[in-house]
Amino acid sequence: MDQLLQQLINALSLGGIYAMLALGLAIVFSIIGLINFAHGDIMTFGGYGIFLSMVFGFPPVAALCIGLGAAVVMALAMERTAFRVMRGADVISLLITSFAVSEILKVFFQNGISARPVPISFPAAWSGSYQIGGMTIGVAPTASILVTIISLGCLTFVLRHLAIGMAMRAAAEDFDMLRMLGVRANRVVAAAFAISGLLAGIAAVIWTAQRGSVDPMMGFFPVLKAFIATVLGGLGSLGGAVLGGFVVGTLEVLTQAFLPDALAPYRDAIVLSAVIAVLLVRPDGLLPARTSARS
Amino acid sequence: MAERNLSCARWRILKPCQSPDPLTKMSDTVLDVEALDVRYGPVRAVRGISFDVARGGITALLGANGAGKSSTLMAIAGVVPVASGRVSLFGQPTTKSAPDAIVRSGVGICPEGRRVFASLSVEENLIVAGTALAPAPVAAARRDEMMQRFPILGERRRQLAGLLSGGEQQMLAVARALMGAPKLLLMDEPSLGLAPQMVDTIFSIIEELQREGISILLVEQNAALALEVASHAVVMANGEIAGQGTPADLAGDTLLKSAYLAA
Repeated sequence: MDQLLQQLINALSLGGIYAMLALGLAIVFSIIGLINFAHGDIMTFGGYGIFLSMVFGFPPVAALCIGLGAAVVMALAMERTAFRVMRGADVISLLITSFAVSEILKVFFQNGISARPVPISFPAAWSGSYQIGGMTIGVAPTASILVTIISLGCLTFVLRHLAIGMAMRAAAEDFDMLRMLGVRANRVVAAAFAISGLLAGIAAVIWTAQRGSVDPMMGFFPVLKAFIATVLGGLGSLGGAVLGGFVVGTLEVLTQAFLPDALAPYRDAIVLSAVIAVLLVRPDGLLPARTSARS
Repeated sequence: MAERNLSCARWRILKPCQSPDPLTKMSDTVLDVEALDVRYGPVRAVRGISFDVARGGITALLGANGAGKSSTLMAIAGVVPVASGRVSLFGQPTTKSAPDAIVRSGVGICPEGRRVFASLSVEENLIVAGTALAPAPVAAARRDEMMQRFPILGERRRQLAGLLSGGEQQMLAVARALMGAPKLLLMDEPSLGLAPQMVDTIFSIIEELQREGISILLVEQNAALALEVASHAVVMANGEIAGQGTPADLAGDTLLKSAYLAA
């Protein structure tokens, strides 16, 4: 029972990271139809932002903030330099553009910093644990869950109650109509990228704080899982992305914890089979996006 | 379609606009279309048409399905590209402007099929429409005004727009287009798919807006209805202008009938 609860906390912690990454992908996809393969590199860039500011002697908390900012700046820079000129291109062209952006950034990370993981030393307390009712719970997973809840809460508030959030929801439904109301397309798209970068930055902060190192592929694997989460939840659906993130994270943690050793190498295969099984029943995902498909 | 070619209004701070000929500026047309061509790949949907919309009037753009009416309207709005020819709004060239820039210059658009944001509430639809066009307090005041003008929208302000009836959605689409206090309203098939009673309501709203001084370009398949409210009518057939004139001119003419039968 104890172990189950502890694994549940791990599942929420990992699922939260996937949920935030998936949400970042979904927000951008829902508005401009871009599946941003370079999203993982935004996260990695945030990680290097933390690393470099620590190297330059910033205190850990300041370094985390700089990492967040770096991720937002990178997301906006990508939009401005690579994706804005491709606006209105088909999904495949956009996808290939994002592959190119991702490869270019990886080369910069490998040659400019290091191809191997670089260590970040956070205060020891961050990797400690505490006891509640005989249960040992890690500080990092707890912080990660709290940060996830606060981030998702803030994002919900922005989308529900602020005009820019409403415009983003409207853009996801019918982008051309939004322009026919005088709304500047570039602003809405830039806001979407900024939010997606911020979410990737938060994921980078949690990820590095738990693992204590950064490498050029840091963002690749979690974002791969986040892709799966967005498809599982329903491509372009924000609620679906969050749900998908938590489902994938939970499946991953539970299979890791409770699968017999003999089956351990097949963990990813089992998780992905479960995703395929869901998609066979619900091809549009768990919570399909609502768009008035217009040309 | 990037915002590369903004109407020069935006750059007025940097350098004065090339002042148009004073006669055109003072003229009584709000929209001037010259030799407009719209192409979809090899298909020439609109073939070199010219017409203008008088200030303060209702101009009806009539014709059969596929005559090129909506393409013309969407080209004026900047939504589909102009293949050749010129469009000027309020004396400024807008041939290559993006739709959002055109709307900010004083145009309201009610597109075909209403296109309300179904997953947003009635009020949120109006908030989104107001953000780019007016400072927040002005937009809020206009929202209240719209809910008074269309009481049903006030009653349903928290309801999702997708759950409104067709007529209510059309009212929302009109209200949304009015949020920027436009000088020219482009309306595409506002009567399409509505119950006869609702059609009457929508048309009396159109007349009311015209009395308030808004110029209107109305695309309509229901010619009889459009001629009742229009001050001027342009008849299109096969992407060309088959004729134009006052409703009285067209009423006794066989032109209208043949334009509809031609397609």
